[in-house]
Amino acid sequence: MLLGPALLVSAILFSLGVVGVLLRRNAIVIFMCIELMLNAVNLTFVALSQQLGLDGQVFVFFVMTVAAAEAAVGLAIVIALYRHRDTVNLQSINLLRG
Amino acid sequence: MIVFFWIVAALAIASAILCITRKSPVASALWLVNTLFQLAAIYVLLDAHFIAAVQVLVYAGAIMVLFLFVIMLLNLGRGGPSDIKGAWGKVIAGVAGLVLAGELLLLGRLGSVTPPWTLQLPPGTVANAVAERGAVRVVAEPLFQGYLVPFEITSVLLLAAIVGAVVLAKRRL
Repeated sequence: MLLGPALLVSAILFSLGVVGVLLRRNAIVIFMCIELMLNAVNLTFVALSQQLGLDGQVFVFFVMTVAAAEAAVGLAIVIALYRHRDTVNLQSINLLRG
Repeated sequence: MIVFFWIVAALAIASAILCITRKSPVASALWLVNTLFQLAAIYVLLDAHFIAAVQVLVYAGAIMVLFLFVIMLLNLGRGGPSDIKGAWGKVIAGVAGLVLAGELLLLGRLGSVTPPWTLQLPPGTVANAVAERGAVRVVAEPLFQGYLVPFEITSVLLLAAIVGAVVLAKRRL
């Protein structure tokens, strides 16, 4: 019954996450927008699991684990970057730009 | 129930918009925590009680605390120049977001998507399973039976993440 509305909310939240990644320059805020996109996908899994069986909820469990690992490693990279460059602004971290 | 769903959904979307537009990273993080709590409420409405509890504990409790901890460790909470891109960046981000949202909505035929009926369970199956066997058991049984190998591999992934985080955040790289 709630499948259509939940997928609608999920699509809007995912788009907002993409907008955030394109809009911001702060590496930590971009990470938070990626978490927002992961949560939108989780909402899709849970909404569809109501009609297609409980495997979707197991997948959400795995997605959360991967998100936790990604946040830990990503924030460690941000700390290492800040030690070297004294900034987390992605505009001034352009070593790989040609 | 549908009214409550739309209230929670509107709060989630409003918090997400505030999250991507606030200048201060701390404010962004706190609005994102609010979005995660609203999503937990939506999970409860979708009969996923265990996932809702894990969402609050792991996402709002652990991951976002890690984010806030790093923001405060690097002392980014103070004002300073805004990190939001200029006019062109805003236009590009807005157009890209609108195109993506339009595509997703078109794909879901404006929110009326239904999976093929041969795959669908009869209505109320998941709610009945939760009522009969408990909210944790219905997730734990497939997790430790059909998905046992992925579950064990996940533990290796977490170990790799721990080692990687420690090595990367060391003072002398």
